[in-house]
Amino acid sequence: MGTVAARGLSKSFGKVQALDGVTLDVPDGSFFVVLGPSGAGKTTTLRAIAGLEKLDAGSVHLDGRDATGDTPAARDLAMVFQSYALYPRHTVYENIASPLRARRCSSSEITTAVEQMSSLLHIERLLQRRPAQLSGGEMQRVALARALVRRPRAFLMDEPLTNLDLKLRVEMRTELTRIHRSLGATFVYVTNDQVEALSMADQVAVLKEGKVQQVGTPTEVYERPANQWVAGFVGSPPISLLACRAEGDRLVGAEGWTLPRPHWTTAEDGRALLLGLRAEDLSVEQRGNASLSGELYGLEPLGDRTLVDVRVGTKIVKVKARPTVTGTPGERLQVTVDLDRAHLFDADTGLSLSEAGR
Amino acid sequence: MAVSVDEAVSTGPARDHSPPARRLGGRGRSGLEVALLIVLAVVMLFPVLWMIETSIKENRDVYAIPAKFFDFRVTLEHYRDVFVAPDGGRSALSVSFLNSAVVAGVSTVLATVLGVPAAWAYSRFAVKAKKDQLFFILSTRFMPPVVVVIPIFLMYRQVGLIDSKLGLILIYAAFNVPFTIWMMKGFVDEVPAEYEDAAMLDGYTRLQAFWKFTLPLLVPGIAATAVFALIFSWNEFVFAIFLTSSDDVRTAPPAIAGLIGGTTTDWGLVAAASVVFALPVLVFAYLVRKHLIAGVTLGAVRR
Repeated sequence: MGTVAARGLSKSFGKVQALDGVTLDVPDGSFFVVLGPSGAGKTTTLRAIAGLEKLDAGSVHLDGRDATGDTPAARDLAMVFQSYALYPRHTVYENIASPLRARRCSSSEITTAVEQMSSLLHIERLLQRRPAQLSGGEMQRVALARALVRRPRAFLMDEPLTNLDLKLRVEMRTELTRIHRSLGATFVYVTNDQVEALSMADQVAVLKEGKVQQVGTPTEVYERPANQWVAGFVGSPPISLLACRAEGDRLVGAEGWTLPRPHWTTAEDGRALLLGLRAEDLSVEQRGNASLSGELYGLEPLGDRTLVDVRVGTKIVKVKARPTVTGTPGERLQVTVDLDRAHLFDADTGLSLSEAGR
Repeated sequence: MAVSVDEAVSTGPARDHSPPARRLGGRGRSGLEVALLIVLAVVMLFPVLWMIETSIKENRDVYAIPAKFFDFRVTLEHYRDVFVAPDGGRSALSVSFLNSAVVAGVSTVLATVLGVPAAWAYSRFAVKAKKDQLFFILSTRFMPPVVVVIPIFLMYRQVGLIDSKLGLILIYAAFNVPFTIWMMKGFVDEVPAEYEDAAMLDGYTRLQAFWKFTLPLLVPGIAATAVFALIFSWNEFVFAIFLTSSDDVRTAPPAIAGLIGGTTTDWGLVAAASVVFALPVLVFAYLVRKHLIAGVTLGAVRR
């Protein structure tokens, strides 16, 4: 068993409200990612679950039992810190053995467990070194080994890949997913990297300013963002948002353009809306009846594709195009819109208006 | 610095590629710098040299006029007099040195044992009105000790701590605890709290986490702080002379001062006692010099 539940966590540091009623339900055995920009309260949420942070309000339940008052030791969780927090005076072996020593395991048990973990993470030859003699990637593995050496209720990970270089980060993503699958344990994983969230998670909770914006599978969060902010935060390049209103069977943009009104929207005429268009749902090559006219603002070749920045009125719309696309800035062009995949948000509340019809 | 403002701040584009100005303490000091440093060194070190010289001169040479700088007779009898009384027993001075060692040592241990956990608590926990408390603690060091010596004297007379080593130990510890808290708070701040967080998740209690993982990292800081506290207690004069009177309680500073006066002053004995008094601190500071420098720069400077 290993369910983790947070109920209405609230916490303020002085005048800053770090957490404002955060409620999460982490099912047993799932890879649960808490995603948000820095300062969203992700780490505070994790520390609250671990028992390292005293809450102003709310409760933490582990395996269905209220554990709000329990000490970190009694909660039976393991955590990987962003800074790794390896004990500088201890060897790698002693670092990994620490959770077992704290729980008074026999020395033969400790030896077996440490050796098993170090071979799983390929760090056998580092066991006698000290943390200062390790590279960032090695420290990360040792920190992971220290967490995994025990079988706790759940593993908490605070941006464990943030301090690694890109290549190592991609490698460790795959490795973490593999470890999660082989252990079948519950992971609560905090990150500000949406690629990590989308690629590793079973469930994603998007956090902003201490409030949960949306919880769902990676596909749900990407395809059906609950509000304008989630749509803007998840996805790269960011979604383009254009102000408009519905008028009869058309959408009329603030910049003067018109598009057919999507059949799925129920927004009443005259309401201020935001049209959300992802770069991959736009095209500068095909011709269709739903298109925006603009002028070429710039090209960003990314190797496997080229981002075409098109100026529509005063707004820049990003379009994902084939890498062979060419053009000169200032030239007029038509951007075809896949309206079935577009998003509409209420301009005042930011809430999605797309849900109902789909 | 040997560089004028005009030189240091380049004004024209032609100067942009000139080599950077020579820094103070770099290789190749100017003759003026060397001369000034020598003058300064002589002024600073002459009293010390004179003290050492006097302590090994025969009495005849000590009082000789004009003063003898080089051709004097060397003797160690002043050093013998520091430790051995004329009747062959222990001298009063040697007892006072022992008192100094006990008082300084115990008060330093007391201040460290009380101050280090307090510093840890102030660094790690959200204490109510923390800043005000820390300011209050610091404010006890604002005044010179002599300001409170009369009230302390009266209080000590009431509770019977006058002329006792315990009294001195307590008052020195009281002065060293605030100092220890402030110094050590800087050191504790430098040690990431996450070591303790990690240890608690490993399954240790908070106190175990502090004891096993944070405290070992604080040893250099504790050493530096303890040396400063020790030096304060060892050198302290005002409280010692007001609060003690008998020879078996008196510490070395007032005891040495007591040698001066009367009809004649045995300057050889005064000098020898002073050398013996200065030596332990010098040796101790030398032994922990690495920690001292690390301590002064690490604890005080926030990164």
